[in-house]
Amino acid sequence: MSRIVGIDLGTTNSLVAYMKDGQPCVIPDRKGRTMVPSVVALTDNGLIVGDSAKEHLTRNPERTVYSVKRFMGRGLVDVQNELAYFPYQLTETGGVIRIRLGEKNYSPPQISAMILKELKLRAEAHLGESITKAVITVPAYFNDSQRQATKDAGLIAGLEVLRIINEPTAASLAYGLQKNTQGTIAVYDFGGGTFDISILKLKDGIFEVLATNGDTHLGGDDLDRLLVDLFIGQIQEQHGIDLTGHPDHMQSVRLEAERAKIRLSDDLKTTIAVELPDDRGQFTRELTRAQLESLTISVIERTLAPCRMALKDAGLTSKDIDEVVLVGGSTRMPLVRQRVEALFGKPPHCHLNPDEVVALGAAVQADILSGGTTDMLLLDVTPLSLGIETMGGVMSSLIRRNTTIPASAKELFTTYVDGQTGVDIHILQGERELVKDNRSLARFRLKVPPLPAGVPRIEVTFLIDANGILNVTATDMRTGQSQSIEVKPSYGLSDTEVERMIEDSFKFAADDVNARKLIEARLDAEALLKTTEKSLVEAGYLITSDETDNIRTALSQLRAAIDGPDPRAIRARMAALEQAAKHLNVVMLDDSLKKSLQGKKVTEVT
Amino acid sequence: MARSMCWHCQSAVTGEYFCERCVKVQPVSKEADYFTCLGFPRRLMLDSKQLEAKFYEMSRTFHPDFYQTKSPAEQAISLGNAAVLNTAYRTLRDPIQRAEYLLGLETGSVKDIRTSPPADLFEEILELQDTLEEYRSSERDSQEGRELRTALETEQRALEQRKQEMETQLHQLFGEWDQLQDRGESTSQTRVDRDRLLKHMRALLSNRTYITSIVNDLATTIA
Repeated sequence: MSRIVGIDLGTTNSLVAYMKDGQPCVIPDRKGRTMVPSVVALTDNGLIVGDSAKEHLTRNPERTVYSVKRFMGRGLVDVQNELAYFPYQLTETGGVIRIRLGEKNYSPPQISAMILKELKLRAEAHLGESITKAVITVPAYFNDSQRQATKDAGLIAGLEVLRIINEPTAASLAYGLQKNTQGTIAVYDFGGGTFDISILKLKDGIFEVLATNGDTHLGGDDLDRLLVDLFIGQIQEQHGIDLTGHPDHMQSVRLEAERAKIRLSDDLKTTIAVELPDDRGQFTRELTRAQLESLTISVIERTLAPCRMALKDAGLTSKDIDEVVLVGGSTRMPLVRQRVEALFGKPPHCHLNPDEVVALGAAVQADILSGGTTDMLLLDVTPLSLGIETMGGVMSSLIRRNTTIPASAKELFTTYVDGQTGVDIHILQGERELVKDNRSLARFRLKVPPLPAGVPRIEVTFLIDANGILNVTATDMRTGQSQSIEVKPSYGLSDTEVERMIEDSFKFAADDVNARKLIEARLDAEALLKTTEKSLVEAGYLITSDETDNIRTALSQLRAAIDGPDPRAIRARMAALEQAAKHLNVVMLDDSLKKSLQGKKVTEVT
Repeated sequence: MARSMCWHCQSAVTGEYFCERCVKVQPVSKEADYFTCLGFPRRLMLDSKQLEAKFYEMSRTFHPDFYQTKSPAEQAISLGNAAVLNTAYRTLRDPIQRAEYLLGLETGSVKDIRTSPPADLFEEILELQDTLEEYRSSERDSQEGRELRTALETEQRALEQRKQEMETQLHQLFGEWDQLQDRGESTSQTRVDRDRLLKHMRALLSNRTYITSIVNDLATTIA
């Protein structure tokens, strides 16, 4: 079986890891950086991802997408109250958010696919082999649509997603591998955009999730926003400038707020400095850790209710927890650690790198799937109850939250009217009584043979697989025939749309390859220009003036080609230059050989 | 747990979960009840550690993680088996759910949830409903609200106490059931005992369900 990599597709940063000699390790880039910022920018030279895209956040805010994970599997109405914070333009088509970049609209899975592709390329460059299979992590509290959107992103990126695994459970795998612990642990995962809590029982290599809870819209982003609001309020007050009309400066403030928050995990105070628009000078102020904490405490305390719920669902109290494991960048904040310690009554385990542990766990799960690791097994749960709409707009629960997956439920359907040929079924996810308070997942129409009312008996099986994704099948109990069901997702891309996006991505892939070839050709050409010019200066006196002219012509032709868009033209001019400079190189070699031989005896040479 | 014929090579299956000839995983029989599925007798006092150990062992046998390199047919079987196994364990792990499930198996009828209060609690429950209504329409911070709240809290404790007693009683019946089964006799007396036990358990379980829902309702109202 070909290699499977583990990917942490994060709100702020993403990572790729693999299993090397029984140990998971994160794959760095050439400069040794392990994290790829989850940022995609549209530039004049096309789409770019990661560190180089991050530079465009302030230069080109309308065309630079960050925190796209917040939009996965969601409609515009879900993110209505945070639209003002995003400088890029958002619309909605068919229940799916679209992000405007230049002339085109992109769905969140397409943007995520670009990040995944970057990770894929990084892994391929590092491992020297083609990577087509991956395990991708998602927040444990992601619903079916959000998981499906993540799977779609993988497909669009040319990756077969063998498993969607929950981030806190992935972290527990990495933790368990390292510590070989037995007992009950709580994984508190507070990241850039999402919060999860999972309670697990670790016993003899089995990682059994007892309960999970969370909030898919609660993370470091929300803390940064409180700081941003504070700063732009003061800028308005002190300088009379409304920064909301300056997306580039808004991004500078956001990034400065994030950096200040990070600095205050180590320092007790820090200085904020932001350039103001139209050369109006600088906004500076001091920020203390105490100020940050009093500002953000209400957001941080929102993580505690899910923790209590998870404990209750697991039938445990905080005393039963043997160890609390911290995951996600936001857990570096001292206040977060204090609150967690107060809740669980013991200091949390902080020895894992909270940025990398999820990717490492994904690599372990990838190794389990490929048959490498056989002594560990993860038994995860579904985070939300699954049900169907019944009479009067009430949800009837079929699979309760915190049920171990795979999980299935069967429901028998019949007709109320003679000759009725279809039954409409509406699938929901959530904990509330009424349909309108829960998340609509999908609708489908069950085909029924025209018979007297109550005679048809169609059994529908709802199966949540090991990815936490729903599969629906139906069987006519009278004939034993099964029917295929076309489920129409409420907040997701249709199969045909995903297929089209995969095709598009292949088209773009051709462009991508071309872009890469161009960059490489330019780099090689510049190196050749430099060495040839140097040779000409050092050894030009050794060749004829005709030869020198030829070389100079070839040099200027190559320089012209470098600015062009065609890598093949650059390579051709490089070959011409090498041809013209061939004699120069030969005489230079002879000359240096002669020089090295001068003053030496023949015996020393042979 | 296995079917009589292998879906893959059509030879008779004698192994427990796998065909001995072609070593393919076999689907769990649709007729098998959850006790059979987990390899336990139809008893009500099961050891939770043994149940868990068996569940872990079978998860290692059936979990889809270990079938990723196998054929799509085997992957589908492992997925189906793991789902059945998870349901079986979830049902048997909890003593109350286990008893309700066994009642369904033994009496062949589906679990009926009581919608009217148990006879001996009828008056008390009616009074409680009135107090709840009054509390819902009262000012929480008023003298009246506080008094009603205290009354409801007292009632909640009383009902929880009642529930506790029912569970103790149920536990005793579970033991009696197991002893009766262990004797394995089939006389007219054991049949009478068996029916009496089942009837008694059913009544207690149904009353307990009713009280649980009242207590939950109470708890959310005064929370």
